[in-house]
Amino acid sequence: MGIADREAQPLLPDGFLRWFAARGWSPRAHQLALLRKARDGRPALLIAPTGAGKTLAGFLPTLVEISGKGQHLHTLYISPLKALAVDIARNLETPIAEMNLPIRVETRTGDTPVSRRQRQRRYPPDVLLTTPEQIALLLASDDASFLFSSLQRVVLDELHALATSKRGDLLSLALARLWRLAPQMRTIGLSATVADPHALARFLAPQPRGKTVSADIVEADGAAAPIVEMLDTSERLPWAGHSARHALTEIYDLIRRNRTTLVFVNTRSQAEMLFQDLWRINDDGLAIALHHGSLDVAQRRKVEQAMTAGRLRGVVCTSSLDLGVDWGDVDLVINIGAPKGASRLMQRIGRANHRLDEASRAVLVPANRFEVLECRAAIDAVNENAQDTPPLRTGALDVLAQHVMGCACGGPFHADDLYEEVRTAAPYAALPRADFDGVVDFVATGGYALKSYERFARIRQDKEGRWRVANPRARQSYRLNVGTIVEEAMLKVRLVRSRHGGGKGPTGAIARGGRMLGEIEEYFIEGLVAGDTFVFGGEIVRFEALVEDQVYVSRANDESPKVPSYMGGKFPLSTYLAERVRRLLDDERAWRGLPHQVREWLNLQSRFSRVPHAREMIVETFPRAGKHYLVCYPFEGRLAHQTLGMLLTRRLERARARPLGFVANEYALAVWMLGDPSSMIRQGRLDLDALFDPDMLGDDLEAWLAESALMKRTFRSCAIISGLIARRFTGAEKSRRQVLFSTDLVYDVLRKHQPDHMLLRAARADAATGLLDIRRLSDMLARIRGRIDHKPLERISPLAVPVMLEIGRETVYGEASDELLAEAAEQLVREATGT
Amino acid sequence: MSRVAAVTVAGAGFAADLSGALFWERERLLVVSDLHLEKGSSFAMRGVLLPPYDTVATLDRLAAVIRRFDPRMVIALGDSFHDRDAHNRLCAGDREALSGLQAGRRWIWISGNHDPAPPSGLGGLVATEWEIGGIVFRHEPTGAFGEIAGHLHPKARVSARGRSMERRCFASDGARMVMPAFGAFAGGLSIRNGAFARIFSADFTAHVLGHSRLHAIAASRCS
Repeated sequence: MGIADREAQPLLPDGFLRWFAARGWSPRAHQLALLRKARDGRPALLIAPTGAGKTLAGFLPTLVEISGKGQHLHTLYISPLKALAVDIARNLETPIAEMNLPIRVETRTGDTPVSRRQRQRRYPPDVLLTTPEQIALLLASDDASFLFSSLQRVVLDELHALATSKRGDLLSLALARLWRLAPQMRTIGLSATVADPHALARFLAPQPRGKTVSADIVEADGAAAPIVEMLDTSERLPWAGHSARHALTEIYDLIRRNRTTLVFVNTRSQAEMLFQDLWRINDDGLAIALHHGSLDVAQRRKVEQAMTAGRLRGVVCTSSLDLGVDWGDVDLVINIGAPKGASRLMQRIGRANHRLDEASRAVLVPANRFEVLECRAAIDAVNENAQDTPPLRTGALDVLAQHVMGCACGGPFHADDLYEEVRTAAPYAALPRADFDGVVDFVATGGYALKSYERFARIRQDKEGRWRVANPRARQSYRLNVGTIVEEAMLKVRLVRSRHGGGKGPTGAIARGGRMLGEIEEYFIEGLVAGDTFVFGGEIVRFEALVEDQVYVSRANDESPKVPSYMGGKFPLSTYLAERVRRLLDDERAWRGLPHQVREWLNLQSRFSRVPHAREMIVETFPRAGKHYLVCYPFEGRLAHQTLGMLLTRRLERARARPLGFVANEYALAVWMLGDPSSMIRQGRLDLDALFDPDMLGDDLEAWLAESALMKRTFRSCAIISGLIARRFTGAEKSRRQVLFSTDLVYDVLRKHQPDHMLLRAARADAATGLLDIRRLSDMLARIRGRIDHKPLERISPLAVPVMLEIGRETVYGEASDELLAEAAEQLVREATGT
Repeated sequence: MSRVAAVTVAGAGFAADLSGALFWERERLLVVSDLHLEKGSSFAMRGVLLPPYDTVATLDRLAAVIRRFDPRMVIALGDSFHDRDAHNRLCAGDREALSGLQAGRRWIWISGNHDPAPPSGLGGLVATEWEIGGIVFRHEPTGAFGEIAGHLHPKARVSARGRSMERRCFASDGARMVMPAFGAFAGGLSIRNGAFARIFSADFTAHVLGHSRLHAIAASRCS
């Protein structure tokens, strides 16, 4: 058949055209384009905004192709959320039923009963909707080739969200396997708008040696441009903080004047606080709900159902509502606080109004003056449709280790073959052979230089040189621990009556049981002592006791919580937005677009010190209340600033400036000390260029990493993902408290005795971009080299006020472990002596 | 800054060392508890391939503390070996290091629940408990007056202003003591666990192993 003949064939059969017509629709250009790609056997990436009929577009080729022979798996649909898979299955029922198509659709998630899972293997449905973890499990079984050899298509939903995480690495390796089992298989990726669609398109095609190949990109017509405004508050704009309490009545008014409003905040604790505040002034009794990831699942489902049924006027939520599932008719999105990134903001705004022809409406509410700058930069970015999604990852070694074990579970393999296969996955295309062999060695015997574990091997080579699983225990451990999501250790929070109020005295026993409020991060609770108050479940509670994995709290009457639970959002300010904010500051004419209060603040800063230029960094030093402060403005996000703070305090210590602590926010870093940096710099005892020299990323970084709790957390998650230690043991899941050894101890020993071990390399690679954001810090240090402008001041500058106000609100850092212990010991002495 | 803290048990004066070892100057006696040698390989046998470097790490630290105090006698207070077969898995280098440490001094292996019958072929005497001048050294604490024990691996969590840290510690009320585990892979049990309440009737002190010194903190203040 010639190309012309094929072009002449209708892309949609009559039945489909009639179905479209009966609904008053006509097929959209991008839906037809995907059908054409499918017919031509091309993998495709569909870039489309929310509401563009993305899912139907992804499934149309499958619906058209399946003729009804059945009994073979034709299409896999993979989504990041199991709720989304279930939702999509429901949505597919309508066209299938109405067109009377002979297609069986089933879902497979962690909740699918065992009987149905077994049936799915023997009698696979035409279309299986599932998650990356379930695919990994299916591939690790010996009937994988039976199940997948007929596969024609894989549809990857929300690819922009999946591809930039370790889950994406795992998924890419699964795709590589599927391409081998089913060479005829083609992919369709569905994605929101991203910064670099070509990089994402590589994910969807097997990469040949020495070349890069991409899927074809199909772009849907853009939705109507969103209307985004910044709340022009009539209240006084706060200098610092993240609550946006000043604008509370204005936020409430917006909810009142709209049908359904989604109110996005960046952290769970912000959500808690705002929800509580809104109800305090909810004189109209509006149905306002709360939704975040640590609420009890049943409670979350209730909110979601009420939302879909249109019974809610407002939902205060975190990124738990960022993705996927359609929550009905939202007509306004309010984003409280910093947008953090342009693409992130656009995806949130896309939650409003799922109809393409109407513009989504959003209002940004900055919580402080710096956030005004960030909101302004973000609105400009949205108006230009500029994207700042993260770049495609280099595949992680710990994920590869998990995959190698999974492959062995699926059947024996030759290392040469598996290496070639793995390299067809885009994130692993540049994987050196030595790294691959190191990973296989790790999976087999731990990868230790000391070869003492041969007899305990988990996989072993047979006579033909093929690697096989050595024992059933290794196989079972793989199945129980598959996946790359390592959750924070969480504790259950229960509400009980206070033992302070009940007349039992302070030593009275805690009433067990109590209403379950939700779950909270273990590390947060570990920082509390009995009696501390914090916000949870929409109210202020008092920490009573921790018994095993249960946290007992009681209602507190405090006006404000004693311990701030703002831990910062998960995501730092994007590099792109940071750059825009720096440019905005640099361009005095652009200040005209800013609220009056902010303009005045910047003018004040110009007169008093300086407003930083886009390509330089200013460092201000000044005395205050018996201490000396050094404040710098790198604009690189809180995580990179924290790492910088750790390293700077080390260097200031050596320079005998006697640093005491530091605090970081998204824009600035303040270090305080006993020494006077202004005079030290004047006398040549402290050199700022040397202080900020990129060489701090050498020995100083190494020395700090040896002790860093963040690094140990990173290492622990690599150890779990790689399969070195189990997150679940056979039988019941054990909490971290019960684990029989500590990964921190393993980290210490390994670091000392085999510093180049694969797991340490994996942890370092994570630290470059994760909790320590070292790469960004490194880029920043290179950028400001030779461009540091020092401003010795008599007192604090207007620009420094926000970060200085964080002192006491944000966690204060320092390496002063002994100081913390000494303080606890001293307090004891004071108590004992009655002083 | 001192690496040791003076601690009294039943009238006798001891030096609690930052390394987790206990030194009795009067007797020139060094006590270490819960070495758990070969814990790494013990887990490896069961499919968890922990690094095989814990034994050498533990013996290195032990060698350093022996060099500093030059004791006349060393008591290993039980659970010196992580399992009954652990001594057979010691590599030649570790065996040599161990016999080097034993040279010129008395060495007592107290039996523990992990090593009810410590190996006799590794030098030193094997005993279920040892008594010197009214002080009794045994593995599992009974709460008796004048007892120095191990077994529980005490650790203390100290919190202040939203920050917290967890460290190994000596637990003592002046009449008895529970020593921290010395082994590189030995985990810990919070001193707020009920097991400690059964040994210490009233409040007791945690001598917490800090970064460069020890800190005495009331157990009731820890979490």
